[in-house]
Amino acid sequence: MEWLNTIIQGMLLGGIYALFAIGLSLSFGIMRLVNIAHGDFIVLSAYVSLVVSQGTGLDPFSTLIIVVPAMFVLGYVMQRGLLNATLSGGLLPPLLVTFGISVIIQNGLLQGFGAYTHRLQEGAIETASVRLPGGISIGVYPLLVFAVAILSIGGLQVLFYSTRLGRAFRAVSDDADTAELMGIDNRKLYAVALGIAMIFTAIAGVLFAIRTNFDPAAGPIRLILAFEAVIIGGLGSMWGTLVGGVILGVAQAVGAALNPTWQILAGHIAFLIILIVRPSGLFPRTRD
Amino acid sequence: METVRVERGTKVSRIFAILAVPAVFALLTMPLWGDPGDMRLIAEMAYYVALAQLWNLLAGYAGLVSVGQQAYVGLGGYALFYLTGVWNMNVYLALLLAAPFAGLISIPVSFAVFRLRGAYFAVGTWVVSEVFALSASLISVLGGGSGLSLTPAILREISPDRSTRDTVLYLMTISISLLVVAVVYLLLRSRHGLALTAIRDSEPASASLGVNTFRTKFIVYIVTAACTGLIGGLIFLQKLRISPEAGFSINDWTVVVIFMVVIGGIGTIEGPFIGMMIFIFLRELFADYGTIYLMMMGAIAIAVMLKAPMGLWGWIIQRYDLQLFPVGRRLALVPTEPASQP
Repeated sequence: MEWLNTIIQGMLLGGIYALFAIGLSLSFGIMRLVNIAHGDFIVLSAYVSLVVSQGTGLDPFSTLIIVVPAMFVLGYVMQRGLLNATLSGGLLPPLLVTFGISVIIQNGLLQGFGAYTHRLQEGAIETASVRLPGGISIGVYPLLVFAVAILSIGGLQVLFYSTRLGRAFRAVSDDADTAELMGIDNRKLYAVALGIAMIFTAIAGVLFAIRTNFDPAAGPIRLILAFEAVIIGGLGSMWGTLVGGVILGVAQAVGAALNPTWQILAGHIAFLIILIVRPSGLFPRTRD
Repeated sequence: METVRVERGTKVSRIFAILAVPAVFALLTMPLWGDPGDMRLIAEMAYYVALAQLWNLLAGYAGLVSVGQQAYVGLGGYALFYLTGVWNMNVYLALLLAAPFAGLISIPVSFAVFRLRGAYFAVGTWVVSEVFALSASLISVLGGGSGLSLTPAILREISPDRSTRDTVLYLMTISISLLVVAVVYLLLRSRHGLALTAIRDSEPASASLGVNTFRTKFIVYIVTAACTGLIGGLIFLQKLRISPEAGFSINDWTVVVIFMVVIGGIGTIEGPFIGMMIFIFLRELFADYGTIYLMMMGAIAIAVMLKAPMGLWGWIIQRYDLQLFPVGRRLALVPTEPASQP
């Protein structure tokens, strides 16, 4: 029973990892953009929520009304103004430019807010839990996060397979040059794609910051967790990303149950093993 | 009558080589006339140049864009602290062993990360480094999360007198860093260097012409790891303390190094020198403003990547065709003596 509990808690933990991963998976899948600053955008969203919440008295969930559009615009502008220029020249330009953005965000937050840890307060829901038969108790908040992850991925599936925009995304993902010949404005589409990726980044940032302390240096580990979920799941497969997040969460929960200090390490080792056994992940869809 | 000859050097490179001799002499005699603060700064510049050359060899030539080289800095540092502190090994011997230690560890690591390509490779190397950092923080003989310090006894082994010790450390740093730069330079001038330059310019084309790209990359990865480990040992011998966070810091040992290489000019030997000098200059100039200099490095690196992807030295080569460290071969026309009449 104790192990069942551990596994359930791990799966729920995977929900937040899947949310971390959605934005990365989108930009990676659609435009092959290796966004090293992804974790820092998650943390930036948390800080924007913090500022809005302190300024207006809104609770963190309600700040999403402002954080989500703000991050969408940031994503759109960043892709149009900066990242589109990096996409034609191989691996290094996008990697390096997003590394630069990452360092600028981290140190900008450090200058603006100091190295203190912060946390968003959402009240009673943070500690509420439901009891299942067999003495297993599930936190309402992790359950909510998991549900948001499923809804987000479900929504993206609808976007991808039932709308004009989604068809255009799939077309540029499969073959950007041919898509352009068919009349798609790739540069604009990429900007919309990063904007949409940032919507999910914003949601992930606020949800994570309600549960966990954050500081300006909290981004890189979120990036690594997101990458691990994307790569375990297989490039371009959204449900795969959810599975990747869950596998990571369960590996961490099992590691933590053996020894609390092994949590993160267990996740990394699970990732490396899967990577060595199946370098293209469990459910690969997109060729890289 | 003219014939064609293969030339390695140029006029500029020969003049530069002659000028480099007094410069190296000045660096090595600095303990006699220099100020201790300046010496510390120069030692730091030296190991940053070495790290930058190594990353440049890896990414700029072999096409292995690793963001996990901090793994070997940390491993080298920990090897030194463990061997001296726990095994009571002589500090010079321990420092020397940091290189083969990091090299040996990099072999199984390469089996894992070489299965990955491009961005996967980059992130894979980073995860491996995180695994080392987390492992170090879990091993109690390595001091766990708080790390290890060099004991006074070990420092007395170098020299009981502080200023002599500073001089010894300075000379070691300068000479080992110069040695690493020399290894990179000579490697690039060798047959392997020709293969590496070919891989840099086009991997499929070099493979089709018979370059064993896998073996070449493998050798470069191991050599780079070993040299990075040696530099890591050297760095933490000066810092006197190591912790998982400091030893395996991606920002200190990889990100700023990547910025240096890219700003200076990736795929050239001169570039990392220029990038390092810009980094140190910005850091010293804005020393009173926290980490603004890092943001500026990031912004400059972005600008360089977008506007002049070959970096500052690449731009200079394009305009003036200068080469200070000639690793290539060029053809020159040489007039020959008219054949003597019978």
